[in-house]
Amino acid sequence: MASLDRTARAFLLSELLAGFALTLKYMFKPKVTVNYPYEKGPLSSRFRGEHALRRYPNGEERCIACKLCEAICPAQAITIEAEPRDDGSRRTTRYDIDMTKCIYCGFCQEACPVDAIVEGPNFEFSTETREELMYDKNKLLANGDRWETLIAANLHSEAAYR
Amino acid sequence: MPKVKIDGVELEVPAGITVLQACELAGVEIPRFCYHDRLSIAGNCRMCLVEVKPGPPKPQASCALPVADKQEIFTQTPTVQKARKGVMEFLLINHPLDCPICDQGGECDLQDQAMAYGFDRSRYHENKRAVPDKELGPLVKTSMNRCIHCTRCIRFATEVAGVEQLGATGRGESMEVTTYVEQALSTELAGNLVDLCPVGALTSKPYAFEARPWELTKTESVDVLDALGCNIRIDSRGAQVMRVLPRLNDDVNEEWISDKTRNAIDGLRHQRLDRPYVRTKGKLVEATWDQAFAAIAAKLNGLDGSKIAAIVGDQCDAESMVALKDLMASLGSPNVDCRQDGAKIDGPRGSYIFNAGVRGIDQADAILLIGTNPRVESPVLNARIRKRYVHGRCPIASIGTAEDLTYPVERLGAGPATLRELVDGKLGFFDKLKDAKHPLIVVGMGALAREDGGAVLAMAYELAGKLDAVRDDWNGFAVLHTAAARVGGLDLGLVPGEGGRDVAGILEGCQKKEIEAVFLLAADEIDTTKLGKAFVVYQGHHGDAGAHRADVILPGAAYTEKPGIYVNTEGRVQVGRRAGYPPGDAREDWAILRALSERLGKTLPYDTLHQVRARLVAVNKVFAAIDQQAPGAWGPVGKPGTTTDAPLASAVANFYMTCPISRASRTMADCMASRAHLMAAE
Repeated sequence: MASLDRTARAFLLSELLAGFALTLKYMFKPKVTVNYPYEKGPLSSRFRGEHALRRYPNGEERCIACKLCEAICPAQAITIEAEPRDDGSRRTTRYDIDMTKCIYCGFCQEACPVDAIVEGPNFEFSTETREELMYDKNKLLANGDRWETLIAANLHSEAAYR
Repeated sequence: MPKVKIDGVELEVPAGITVLQACELAGVEIPRFCYHDRLSIAGNCRMCLVEVKPGPPKPQASCALPVADKQEIFTQTPTVQKARKGVMEFLLINHPLDCPICDQGGECDLQDQAMAYGFDRSRYHENKRAVPDKELGPLVKTSMNRCIHCTRCIRFATEVAGVEQLGATGRGESMEVTTYVEQALSTELAGNLVDLCPVGALTSKPYAFEARPWELTKTESVDVLDALGCNIRIDSRGAQVMRVLPRLNDDVNEEWISDKTRNAIDGLRHQRLDRPYVRTKGKLVEATWDQAFAAIAAKLNGLDGSKIAAIVGDQCDAESMVALKDLMASLGSPNVDCRQDGAKIDGPRGSYIFNAGVRGIDQADAILLIGTNPRVESPVLNARIRKRYVHGRCPIASIGTAEDLTYPVERLGAGPATLRELVDGKLGFFDKLKDAKHPLIVVGMGALAREDGGAVLAMAYELAGKLDAVRDDWNGFAVLHTAAARVGGLDLGLVPGEGGRDVAGILEGCQKKEIEAVFLLAADEIDTTKLGKAFVVYQGHHGDAGAHRADVILPGAAYTEKPGIYVNTEGRVQVGRRAGYPPGDAREDWAILRALSERLGKTLPYDTLHQVRARLVAVNKVFAAIDQQAPGAWGPVGKPGTTTDAPLASAVANFYMTCPISRASRTMADCMASRAHLMAAE
């Protein structure tokens, strides 16, 4: 009897139809995938992505070379050198982050007393060579300039919880 | 001895100490800002409050309260803790919250104590006080907003450095620490203000913003920029020496170091010899070690020992000196000298060391300075003499041209003739010396490094005899050297051997072509124009006078880059340690000499530092006694004879530039310019 039942189902294509029915059902449900890179998922304002060095609205760089981020970095990815600038203020002459070492823990932005170093919302910074992942001060400041609007908005929304 | 009870623990303490010191003896930490072991007590920061019974029912400043018998001291009661919180809150009312940009951050007393004893928030919303910054010269950077008025700097300048140029104006909130007249401090100990300041009001200008304390590697070592051998801590980052700080040693430098010791280190980054050079067709050309050694071997092989000479520099470690001594001996040359300045010293050990020791200065009750200006030759030693003067009942006189020594000095005269008169008892000061129980005769290089140096030394010996200054319980004969390597060199016997030539003889021989090859071991203070046509090998770390004249340059290591033993002017053997490696192809000096000896076919019998040090001890037993000081053997010294009328001027004309390192230092050049400006203003 069992073989007759199996043969009848095979000829009547019932399994195939069950599959098609499931597919048909999902055709009328809302989509769960996004069409990356044309579409992107939502990001938390606490997202820790690519680093950036911010500036004050008047264009002055925020970083004061206190080296707290360098000290706290558990991966020792940050290297800072400082000296007095011509106007006597304390500034970095070198601010390097080795992005291949970074573990994106966010301690640097927690340690920063002036909100200069932040982990911004950008996560699309893959490169073709390792060398491109050794970020220097210019690259970090450029990141800051590029993402400032979003970063500032994120910081503002998080301000109440810090 | 009074018995006190500290937090319930009974303790017997020496009479006359303060409650704060008693608590320290008991191992109880008392926070403080204004109190400092080596300065007078001010009692103005109020951080050291404790409760004392019997006494008034209020917290008392422990730094200014003497201990009494049966006193009960409480340091952890709620009253005390509340008092400390209150004091801390008041101190922070006007202290800016700029720790992230302050160089003191990470090693700040105020930061640490605010964490340990302070209140975790501020209740003060008014504006903070603003104070204009002051100009204190090229070494000390000021940020007077941060000042908490502990007055340590004022007390240091007045009491230890002996320059009454710092003071305070105004009262209460409007009090300002200032120099009254806008000018640099005219002291050689200004850098110590930076260490003393408990906050970031006074920070180091050359070191401004360069590094944080937590990223530095700390190496305990010994200074070689003057002959005192100050104990230092070298703070380095990677291969670079970032700063030098004093290390506590009551027998040598207490906790002070001179500005040269502290700030000449930027000279270690400039003018360095980082690869061998060989002179070809009149020009120095970069070479490999092999080529350099080949050039030396080509010249020296077959040359008679009497035609070879070696001069040892002022900052060499004992290891390289013993290697050179052995190399010269194996080459059969008696022409070795470590006295670049031509000082006439070659007696028993007691005739060339500071027998009394630096501690002996505290004991001395009459001091005679002959041909020395300790203020420029060794500012820290000068501060020690000043400390003795401040203590009282110690007449000090000088024969020579020394001007302002920061303490009053009776000027007996300038020339050797005055010394003769003193020895013959014709001067009033002779009686003062005679009456003294512990007379101290300090003989400087200004008296010995001259043609009639032997005669002057003989007179000093005669004087010591007449005063009975050298006896079993006291040795008051003291030679103050200017070169860190000198005593070590003399201990190792780096003086001309049988029929050998001294520095003057070597230079003369060069001109007469009797000397054909000269080895300069970091010797830069000789007149290199007198080397004539001799083949000159220079081994050292800086491109200075010696390297300029050299035919072959062998790049060596500076004192921060090699482990080395140095003997200070007291005859104290001290060990320096390596803080970083020498630049480029440069190597440790004894190792270079060892390699060269192999190339010359006279291989020296040691391969490791340990073996070299064993050899040091074999040559002279003093090298076995590290960090110990004792008077040396005593016997007739000098060569009695006629003297000239030339004044006994100090051997150091310019404090800030005395060696290749300090000559290459920009900071030292700034200091010189600043001092010249100050002199011109006066």
